[in-house]
This record gives sequence, C-alpha cells and structure tokens, in this order.
Amino acid sequence: MQTAAAIKNNEMPDALLNQSGEALGVAQVTADHTPTYWVAAKDLHQVMRGLKPQFPMLYDLFGIDERHRTQRPGQPAADFSVVYHLLSFTDKGDIRIKVALIEPGSVPTLVDLWPAANWYEREAWDMFGIIFDGHPNLRRILLPPLWEGHALRKEHPARATEMEPFAMSEELLDAEQEALLFKPEEWGMARESDETEFMFLNLGPNHPSVHGVFRIALQLDGEVVVDAVPDIGYHHRGAEKMGERQTWHSYIPYTDRIDYLGGVMNNLPYVMAIEQMAGIEVPDRAKVIRIMLSELFRISSHLVFYGTFAQDVGQMSPVFYMFADRERLFGIIEAITGGRMHPAWFRIGGVAQDLPVGWDRMVREFIDAMPARLDHYDKMAMQNSILKQRTVGIGKYNTREAIEWGVTGPGLRATGMEWDLRKARPYGGYDQFDFEVPTAQGGDCYDRAVVRIEEIRQSLKIIRQCVDNMPEGPYKSEHRLTTPPPKDRTLQDIETLIHHFLNVSWGPVIPAGESACMVEATKGLNSYHLVSDGGTTSYRTRIRTPSFPHLQMIPLISRGLMIPDLIAIIASIDFVMADVDR
Amino acid sequence: MSVGATIVFSLVLLLAIVGGAAVLTWFERRLLGIWQDRYGPNRLGPFGILQVLADMLKLLTKHDWVPPFSDKVVFIFAPTAIVVAMMLGFAVVPFSPELYILDINIGLLFFLGMTSLAVYSVLLGGLASNNKYALLGGLRSAAQMVSYEVFMGLSLMGVVMLTGSFSLRDIVEAQRDGWYCIPQALGLYVFIIAGIAESHRLPFDLPEAEHELTAGFHTEYGGMKFTMFMLGEYCGLILLSCMITTLFFGGWLGPVLPPIVWFCLKTFFFICFFILLRAAIPRPRYDQLMSLGWKVMLPLTLINLVATGAIALWMQGA
Repeated sequence: MQTAAAIKNNEMPDALLNQSGEALGVAQVTADHTPTYWVAAKDLHQVMRGLKPQFPMLYDLFGIDERHRTQRPGQPAADFSVVYHLLSFTDKGDIRIKVALIEPGSVPTLVDLWPAANWYEREAWDMFGIIFDGHPNLRRILLPPLWEGHALRKEHPARATEMEPFAMSEELLDAEQEALLFKPEEWGMARESDETEFMFLNLGPNHPSVHGVFRIALQLDGEVVVDAVPDIGYHHRGAEKMGERQTWHSYIPYTDRIDYLGGVMNNLPYVMAIEQMAGIEVPDRAKVIRIMLSELFRISSHLVFYGTFAQDVGQMSPVFYMFADRERLFGIIEAITGGRMHPAWFRIGGVAQDLPVGWDRMVREFIDAMPARLDHYDKMAMQNSILKQRTVGIGKYNTREAIEWGVTGPGLRATGMEWDLRKARPYGGYDQFDFEVPTAQGGDCYDRAVVRIEEIRQSLKIIRQCVDNMPEGPYKSEHRLTTPPPKDRTLQDIETLIHHFLNVSWGPVIPAGESACMVEATKGLNSYHLVSDGGTTSYRTRIRTPSFPHLQMIPLISRGLMIPDLIAIIASIDFVMADVDR
Repeated sequence: MSVGATIVFSLVLLLAIVGGAAVLTWFERRLLGIWQDRYGPNRLGPFGILQVLADMLKLLTKHDWVPPFSDKVVFIFAPTAIVVAMMLGFAVVPFSPELYILDINIGLLFFLGMTSLAVYSVLLGGLASNNKYALLGGLRSAAQMVSYEVFMGLSLMGVVMLTGSFSLRDIVEAQRDGWYCIPQALGLYVFIIAGIAESHRLPFDLPEAEHELTAGFHTEYGGMKFTMFMLGEYCGLILLSCMITTLFFGGWLGPVLPPIVWFCLKTFFFICFFILLRAAIPRPRYDQLMSLGWKVMLPLTLINLVATGAIALWMQGA
C-alpha cells in the first residue's frame, strides 16, 4: 500500500509545481489509487489551468463537511473541502484536487475554465454554503428557493422527525409560489428585443415530454427558442444525505433508485467502491453474474429510451413494442433476483443469491429472439424518413464541447469519440469480454439514438458470453466484511456466528478511507465517491450521475431551434430526473 | 324524398353520426391496441364496447369549468362551431341513390366551406383560452389550415373537371365506368394528406401535439366542451372517409350488395386506414409541414389540374 510519503514531489504533474519547482500540492492516499492532492484556494485556478490540457473533463465537483471527521491523517485542517475530479481520456487516468476551507472562506470559480462547473458549484453552495468567488449566478439548484440552511452540512437535520412538524400556511404557500416564478432578469434575459416581445413559456415541471419533473423556462420568439433555463431539483430526495444515516449494507436499495431505469447497475459502483476500501476480492462467478445483470439492465434502459424517443417525435406505436420486450426482460430479472425495476441485488462482496435453476434457458431465449426484433424496430422507427427529418442535424455538439460540458456515455460516443469505460479502463471483469464500442459521427439527436441501439446489440453479445462461460464457484466472497457473510458454518462456530450477527444487525465496519468507483452506466459515467470514517455508515456519499451535466447543456444545443426540436433533444439525451436530482 | 322523410332521415343520420363517432373512440383504441401488441379497452361489456358509455358518463359529469382568465363567450362558442360545421358537412353526402339530404349543384363547395368553418373552432378555442400552449396550438392550426385549405380545394377540381359538375351525386354517377382513384391518383394523394391536416389527426396533429404543447389548443378545455372538440374531430374523420369514398371510389357503386352497404364498407375501410396511419407515422415539425405543403403539394396539385384539364379538353375535342 502506498503511503503519503511515498508519493514524491517529482511524481506530481508539472501543473502542481510553481515556477521555482516547489510543490503546490500535498498528496493524499486514497483506496482507489487516484492521485489526490490538496491545493490552496489561491493556487487553485492556476493549477487547474495547468491540468486542463492533460485532464480535459471536469468530471465531478463536490463538497465534504470535514468538521466531524476524525480520521484524516496527513490532510490539511479544514471545515469543508471542495473536491475536483478531473478525467483524462488517455492512459493518464484521473486526478483529484482538493481545496481545504476554513469558515468563512471561499474558493475561486472554475466556470471560466469549464462551463460544466456552473451547476456543480451551485450544488456545492446549495448543499454546504461554500462560496465560489466570481460565479455568474450562485443560487440554489436542488433545494427549493426558500430553503433554510444547507442540507449536507452535518448540523442540518437528516430526517423530518429531527425537526418541528412541518406546516404549509397560506402565506408560506404564496411565498413559495412567488419564489418559483421565473424572472428573466435574474438570468440576464431581456423581455423584449428591438423587433419583438419575447414569450416566456414554462415547459414543465409537469409536461408530457420532460420525462419526470423537470422545468425549462423558455424564451421564445414565436416558436423559436431564443434561450432556455433548465430548472432542476423537483425530484431531489436527499440520496446523498441518506447515505450518511444508512449502514453500508442497507444503503444498497437507495442506489437502485438513482437511475431508476438502471436497476442493479446502480449497485455496482457503490459496492465496488466499498470493496476497494475494505479490500474485498470478488469471486469470478459473482463478477460475471454482476456483468450479466448490468447488461440486461442496460438493454432495458435503452429500450425505454428507444420507445420514448420515437414517441416524443410523434410516433405512437414503437414504445409499446419496446415495453413488451422490456417486460420479457423483467421476467428474467424477476426470476433471478425476485425484483423487477429495483432488485437491490448486489451485495458487498458478491451478489445476494446464486442463479436459479434454468436461468440460462430464459436468458438464451431472450438473446436469441432480440436481434430480429431490433431489425424490425429499425425499419419501423430509425429508417422512417419523418423521424430522420426531425432528428438528423438537430441538437448537435462536437467532441470538444461534449468534454467541456462533462458529457459522457452514448452522448459522447455519438460525436465520434470511441471511449467506453468498459474498454478504456475495464472494471469488475469487463476485460474478459469481447465487444465493440459503437460510435457515430454527427453528434446529433439521431446519432445518439443510433449509438444506443447498437449498444443493445453489443450488450446482447456480452450477455451471450456470460451465459456460455458462466464460471462455477461461490457467488460471494469469503472476506469477513462480506454482507451478509457466507452462512454455511454459522451454526457450527461462534466466530462466524458473531460476524454474521454484527454485519447484519449493526452493519459492517468499513476501514477509514476514501474511494471512488466509476462505471459506464446506462446514461454515461456514474460513480460513487465514498468517505469512511471507520464506522458502520458512510461519512460522505457523493453520487456523480451522468444526467446532471447532460441537462446543463440543453440551452447550448437548443438555441435557435423550435419547440419540437427541443423535445427531440430532451428525448435524445435520455435522462431520468432521479439521476439528475438524486 | 318528401320533406317529412328528409327530416326523419336527417335525425336518423345525426344520431348515427354521433353514435358512430362515439363508437369510433372505442374502435380506434381497440384497433390501435391490436396493432400495438396490447388489448385496449376490453373490460366493459362484450369486447369492451360499453367503454363508450362509461366514457360518456364520465365526461358528462365532469366539472364544466370555464377558466376565469379566458374570453368566456368565445371559449364556450368555439367547441360548438366544429361540431355544427362537421354535421352540416354530412348534408351533401349521398349515401345511396335515394339516401341523401341535399343534392345541390354546389355540393362539393358546400363541403369545402363547412370544413373551412371548422378551422375557426380550433383557432378561436386556442386564442380564447388565454394560455400560452393553447396560443401556440392556435397559431399552428391557423397556418396549417390556411395552407392546406388551398390544395384540398384544388386537389378536387380534377374530379370536378372530369364530371363537369359540383354535385356529389353526379360525381358518383360519373364513376360508373371507372373510379376516379385511377385517373385522379394524384388528386387523391393530395386530398388524403390535406384531409388529415384539416382534421388535425396524427401525423398532422400539430395544433394538439401532446408531446410539445401538452394538449395544444384545447389545453384549457375539459368535460363536455372537450367532448365537443373530440366529437368534431371524429365526425371530421368520418366525413373525410365519406368524401374519399364518394369522390374517388365510386360512392355507393358496387356489385351484388345494396348501395348503402357498399358505401358504408368503403367508408369503414378508410376510417381504418386513417387509424393505421396514426399508429404508424411520426409527426413532422411545423415548418416541415408547411414546406411540404407549399413546395410539394401545391406543385403536385397544379400539375394534376393542368394535366386533367388538358386531357378533358382533348377528349371533348375528340
């Protein structure tokens, strides 16, 4: 294991050295081995500018309340820290920069370097009250506009029972309604130009095509979108805060509900991050089962996308066919896990159960039948000339813009960038599989759909390899922190019985440390950054979801288009609001 | 027919159309269901047909709400206009050699006039609602209907030229030697497309466009007033099918079976065709629909008109 001293200054990237060669950063060891450096707030901007050429994507930005944390050896004193996770698309890997804050302090904004920083910094302000100097519009993003306090601070109550009973009085209702009114001036928008008076249309939060509770305030000239302001937070359930109350084990079902179309695929980064911290090695059979289930859910999610995409451009029928297929898929998932949309089936150290007898026959039937059906859908939807007219060339962005705005997953690959985490940095056993990374060149709505549909075929290929080569052996690890632990000897010796009892009642105690784990989820890169303070619960659970930055990009790609184009763009992004708001 | 018989027939026809439109709501859902791998309403009564009654009861007992911010008189008037206009349109349809209400020498123009009146309903409904979505829907419908009105009329002129009359009975009689769907194929094509645009059904339901404008022009409508819009739309669908049958497919003409049966069969076929169209095709964008109209449909119509005129003249000369 690396120690902080072992990371020498000369291993530091040049950007972290000043002109005289002195280090600007203090290294920190993390369980995921991502190089992590503490930087002073005053040096942050310079360091980031230096890092950007090598690490072009601002992958994540979030705060940590450090005030109650006991085990942070070698780390600078801090009330709060701001964590910046930068991603490189080369073999350089990632880098993490942290800034320590003593109240009342502030950090410089990075909006001028990465436009994607805008929403992330607003979120950090919303949740921790961290001030970003120079931010263009530092206002609440997830919590309601009149919320008091900053929800992820440790002193903020985590449940309703810790507060006075809530009552919505007439005055409060009026005030909340008033606060929700869209005021164009707050966003630097004019109400009229020299030629025309603009119409401001409130698209959502309840609208048939915004896929959940999502509001976009549109500045319209006729039907042409002059500008748009996406407004999120209507689906915010405090998933990150709940992570600080639930045990490591009992939080797993909450992860299912983040990208609620992704099912167990959400469990994967969470349990893998814990396994990294605990040093658990997962047996092969569990790995392959996990991959198979994840890919089944990828297909399920992409089928929902496919159907609703066609529906949103006005084609009525495809969605019914795709939902029928999804139903067949849920039949398999139900037989294996007992659940359908939210099986919560992965466990720390493996999966919940072994595969049932006859599972392979069901899976085989599905993957044999699916390619022909996909061909059929292709004829019905993707080759339809009206659908093409509606989506080709609409909502275009190029690779550079995608990276600037934090776009990952099919949205990135549709711009021609062949980068899939499963190939670039295989995790959880993906290096053992043979599949291709589909790409498209145009980066428009149509191409995003093309990439996803091809991904369904690739997932089928992966699943076939899982069925053909399912290894024998245990479905969970023998490690003592596996939860629930293997039970075969619990009734014979007291040690295993005690472990079982403690891990199930209190929950496992995960060693102190930090770890983040990333997966190529259905909609892009999804990761969990977990901080353990050596207890039975997480000290900080950060969920980085792909949909969040994708929505931030909507104004950029919809300006100058019409309302129907905006609907096509929304459909092609493929988001769920729970994945945005958490 | 005597005056008494005409009155009786009118009443019967009125009931048949309203009843037909009501049953059509159920029939459409069942048919769509079959095509889309699902059931559709199948619980109430045999094959679920009593769903029609249940829906009617529900709509009748809904709160009859007029938004306080709307233009109330126009808001209430708008949905009635479409039903009245569509019903009147049926007056000139010859269902069989004996069954018709009016045989006027401007029958075809009367039909066109009535469908044009129906446009006001959508337009006024959209404007009177004083709602942004409804306004956008109203605007779209104004543009769409005005453009498609032009070809709809022009596409039928070929038929008129061949027959030499605007009377729908004459047009049917003139098809004894062959249906106009062959010589007037272009006209038929344009008429079908313009007809869907006029009755604003998917794929040309842009004034409504639920995925974009929630419910478009009738966003603020509920209960009976909403029902009127729907009734108007389904009446329009039946009327359109009747007209296609009359103008291009020989109306009541056909062997063995009685004329009225032939007429109903043909009309039914086109109703199914329109429902299938709804199930199959996505919705073009508003400006694409406009450019399709002016850049493709209008030239096609004009070519058809000129060619038909030339052939008619040539045949007269010969």
